[in-house]
Amino acid sequence: MSETVSERPGRTPLGWWRNPWRRPYVLAAVTWMYLAWSLLPVLIAVGISFNSGRSNAVWQGFSMQWWWGHPKTDPSGALFVSPELHAALIQSLRLSFLTMFIAVPIGVAFAIGISRWRGPAPAGANFLMLFSFVVPEIVIGISMFLFFTYLLKVVPLGTGAQLLSLVTYQVSYPVIIVRARMLSIGKEYEEAATDLGASPTQAIRRVLLPLLYPAILVSYVLVFADTIDDFITVRYLSASGTTEPLSVKIYNFSRGTLTPAINAAATFLLFSTLAVAAVGIFLYRRITRGQQGRTEDMAGHLT
Amino acid sequence: MLVLFVLPFYVVVSIAFGTVDPIFQSPLPVYEPWWWTKRYLLQEWHFATGEFRVVELRTIVYVVLATAICLVIAYAVAYYVARYGGKRKGLFLALLIAPFFISYLMRMLSWVELLQQDGYVNKVLTFLHLTPHPINWLAGVPFTVVVGLVYGYIPYMILPLYGFLDRIDQKQLEAARDLGANPFRTFVRVTLPLSKPAILASLVIVALPMFGDYYTNNLLSGSPKTTMYGNLLDNSMEATGQGPQAAVLVLFLVAFLMIPMLYYIRETAKAQRNQ
Repeated sequence: MSETVSERPGRTPLGWWRNPWRRPYVLAAVTWMYLAWSLLPVLIAVGISFNSGRSNAVWQGFSMQWWWGHPKTDPSGALFVSPELHAALIQSLRLSFLTMFIAVPIGVAFAIGISRWRGPAPAGANFLMLFSFVVPEIVIGISMFLFFTYLLKVVPLGTGAQLLSLVTYQVSYPVIIVRARMLSIGKEYEEAATDLGASPTQAIRRVLLPLLYPAILVSYVLVFADTIDDFITVRYLSASGTTEPLSVKIYNFSRGTLTPAINAAATFLLFSTLAVAAVGIFLYRRITRGQQGRTEDMAGHLT
Repeated sequence: MLVLFVLPFYVVVSIAFGTVDPIFQSPLPVYEPWWWTKRYLLQEWHFATGEFRVVELRTIVYVVLATAICLVIAYAVAYYVARYGGKRKGLFLALLIAPFFISYLMRMLSWVELLQQDGYVNKVLTFLHLTPHPINWLAGVPFTVVVGLVYGYIPYMILPLYGFLDRIDQKQLEAARDLGANPFRTFVRVTLPLSKPAILASLVIVALPMFGDYYTNNLLSGSPKTTMYGNLLDNSMEATGQGPQAAVLVLFLVAFLMIPMLYYIRETAKAQRNQ
């Protein structure tokens, strides 16, 4: 198609620049530079967690001592050895799995419920969900802290308070994702099911829920990824050092003395998120087997 | 759920309008609106218009700068992937989504390490003789903080922009080109006006969390020279007896962000209905 353009573009640098059909090299360069800028530092940080020296700035050779410890050098600071970091790791996993398995079913039920209500209630609930989505998280953290210290004193600060606020905050993910999916599915399938003799409960269980599985899966993965990384709300609500999860420890240590053990901790969070995401993608493929455009659809849930 | 959403905000309001225990210096929330006092609100308002004004202005300047830089880079990347991604679209998309699965702390931590005195950034700069001696990036340099904010929040901008640009009908662009517009004109007269709602929404979604951000600043600078509003909030939480201050500062922030938040919620609700 470039043959129709006059003045034979591409011969001189200026002609090349002015050629309206040339490939967008500048944009391509910006995109690749952005990707390098966004991901390379993280890869370097993952690498540093296998450093053999104490430095977290310079590579000094490979070792696993910041993960498993080392008999000769200082083993006490390693991720799986240090009692402090080990306890934090358990707390991280406990909070994220519990939040995931509590928040997502509630969110799905909520999303289905909202679509059944009439009157101003659905709009109000929707507003609250979106509100918790856009409000800066420190606002949620502080209000939850004041709430649990002054009003709901029966729940002491610590795991209970952390879990309650995480669930409250994370419920909006499944609600928003599942609602978007329900709106794009439409009511026709359910109506067809009830026309064919299904009761409303059957219609939901046998028709609507299977259609929603992909959206529910994506919600599980997102809630887990977001919870295990959360440190703002959780930090204010941890009663003492013993209920601080790994993310909070990373934050605290990052402001003081850094060792590669902190990199190991951050890398552990990354790997566990990737593991859950991998399980999610595997299940997603199994569920949507034979459907067209499934991978793009999965990304579509995120945008 | 409704209870856990609304009540905490009510407690914040009660503490903001409440009193302080005279002996223990701990806040005594007042739940009955008719007993509310404006004492702390006025006291903090006094601070907010005086002592804290520098911090507030600085926050606005940093956020505006960071959001603007975000927009330029994010739009270019989203535009390229949406229009020219071709067969590599899946790969690009995976790489653009990757930051969502990497903890924010991890991403900041990696920069803290790169920017140290003996870190790789200074190593490269001295190797290229761009600077005679290592620069102390982490000692309250505004540049570091702004770039850190851009780095932290830009993924949240690229994805919605991409989602929108991908849905633009290519035929409209082809029509513009057929009618004689060059690529630049096509972009300015067709693509840009079409994507205006997406640009506004993505600006809001990136700017809102930046106003409450204290951690980026604390990790990359920690110096009072770059204190932002989020740091004021965080500091008031760490000091004892500052319950009312934290509550009032939260109220100020929510009031300040109310209009952009409502705008975003309205736009999202509208988009949901039109789907």
